[in-house]
Amino acid sequence: MSDAVIPLRPAGSRSGSFGDRLFGALARGAGVLVLVLLGAIIVSLFIGGLPSFRAFGLPFLTETDWDPVHAVFGAGVPVFGTLVTSLLALLMAVPLAFGIAFYLTEIAPDWFRRPVGIAIELLAAVPSIIYGMWGFFVIVPVMSEYVEPFLTDWLGDVPFLGILFQGAPFGTGILTAALVLAVMIIPFIAATMRDVFMTVPPVFKESAYGVGCTTWEVMRSIVIPYTRTSVVGGIMLGLGRALGETMAVTFVIGNTNRITSSLFGPGNTIASIVALEFPESQAGSLKLASLLALGFILFVISFIVLAISRLLLRPRTA
Amino acid sequence: MSATTLPALGPARDARLAASLSRRRKWFDRVVKVLCTGATMIGLALLASILFTLIWRGFGALGLHVFTDITRPPGSHGGLLNAIVGSQVQTLIGTAIGTPVGLMVGTYLAEYARDSALGNAVRFVSDVLLSAPSILIGLFVYTILVAPFGGFSGIAGCVALAVIVVPIVVRTTEDMLRLIPISLREAAVALGAPKWRVIVFICYRAARDGIATGVLLAVARVAGETAPLLFTSLGNLNWSVSLTQPMASLPVTIYQYAGSAFEDWVDLAWAGALLITAGVLALNIVARVALRPRA
Repeated sequence: MSDAVIPLRPAGSRSGSFGDRLFGALARGAGVLVLVLLGAIIVSLFIGGLPSFRAFGLPFLTETDWDPVHAVFGAGVPVFGTLVTSLLALLMAVPLAFGIAFYLTEIAPDWFRRPVGIAIELLAAVPSIIYGMWGFFVIVPVMSEYVEPFLTDWLGDVPFLGILFQGAPFGTGILTAALVLAVMIIPFIAATMRDVFMTVPPVFKESAYGVGCTTWEVMRSIVIPYTRTSVVGGIMLGLGRALGETMAVTFVIGNTNRITSSLFGPGNTIASIVALEFPESQAGSLKLASLLALGFILFVISFIVLAISRLLLRPRTA
Repeated sequence: MSATTLPALGPARDARLAASLSRRRKWFDRVVKVLCTGATMIGLALLASILFTLIWRGFGALGLHVFTDITRPPGSHGGLLNAIVGSQVQTLIGTAIGTPVGLMVGTYLAEYARDSALGNAVRFVSDVLLSAPSILIGLFVYTILVAPFGGFSGIAGCVALAVIVVPIVVRTTEDMLRLIPISLREAAVALGAPKWRVIVFICYRAARDGIATGVLLAVARVAGETAPLLFTSLGNLNWSVSLTQPMASLPVTIYQYAGSAFEDWVDLAWAGALLITAGVLALNIVARVALRPRA
């Protein structure tokens, strides 16, 4: 038993012991409610998706058709789109987030750390619908006018790799979705990294400086080895965010149920197809069941990612 | 240890080699620092770009009619009144439902179950829910409150938001209660106070600012949530504050308007986006700066 738990009960105070039992039961009940909530979410999505799982079986996961007319539904394209956009977003976000965290912990002058830290945290607080509008009205034109033609010119002829950067530069598509996702998860990853970098005991860093290490060498040889697991946990946390992001992606991904070889091509994600198609699905239809089944798949994927992230981010036991 | 730190391992025989290595290490350090500073500048530039776009597009579209008129068909100069009120109602009720639950869960984790298996499970699940895709919360509430009762409703939206509020309040409540010194609790117990009175009158009071911060952050988070409302309160272009009817909300209206082809709707979407972002960021700044003066 931890020293925080107070086992003492005032002698003879009936009302006190009744109040204690009531309050304790309430607290415990609230705790159990959280577990019930998680169970209810999983079960409700699974039961809702059951007709679809029954109709299509395991091939549902790889089937790439989404055809309401012939009542054929498959999760292949959205699952692919979800994984590809999220991983691309991580690829772009992790180096930037690391740079920000490094700047905030080791480089920035003291008076500058707090304002910049708060600004980065505000970036995390901006609602995702705002990112969607910003992406749609600001990023998409820039992508189609400058970035995508530039990438085609520069990389389009490279063997194998080039195929990723060909195609019409519409501005919307997988790459733009990944970019907006990256912007959204940078503050989460950066804030987590900053917090774990702060946990490194100063004496470790001071010893390294003492033998003549540069700031970067302290970072690479002391801070990163010490915080490696938590850093990976922070990255997984960002990945978990990216996987389920809905509004921002829906605005910029192009919403087409197709897998294209080009990163400029339109696509969809689980969250975007659910957001778009759910309101126009009839209650009890196979389409609705398939969307709930997609929701179940997304929940399983993000639960695994977030669970790993939490395990890695657990504070080390002294 | 890396090759670049080699000179530190022993006295360098070749002074010129040592000097060049040391120059390289310093040069490399400088490059990394410049890159990291650049990364931070990019981050700040992104925030600036978002805020600038919002102010530039939103201010022009703001006007009194936004607050006094309800949403109307394109071309007839409507406002956002029903969406603003709907958002406030749902955020308020969602927070009012979610906060007490989150508070009790946080209390359970900090005061009753610090190291128990059940407590660890609850803490873990709550942390996972904190980052769970909000659209799935919407689907979940759809299956329990919309499909069985045959219609979208404001109350379903409130419940969806409440589910999002709970883990946020849990996290801050537990963290804040854990910061309270044991001696404070012991002093109260020594005076004969039962445990529940110690928690309510000593611990909650001492942690009040921190808990309030959590609630404010939760309000800020759900005020901008769109995805969980799409399948629950749905949105409503008419005036309605009935909790059993579909209810408008600012984020959902922005979503519908921003993607439309009508210029006045897009303008209203920007006005709404500016309002919501200003509100959310103001709440965040109050929560972070005013109520938590430490770094």
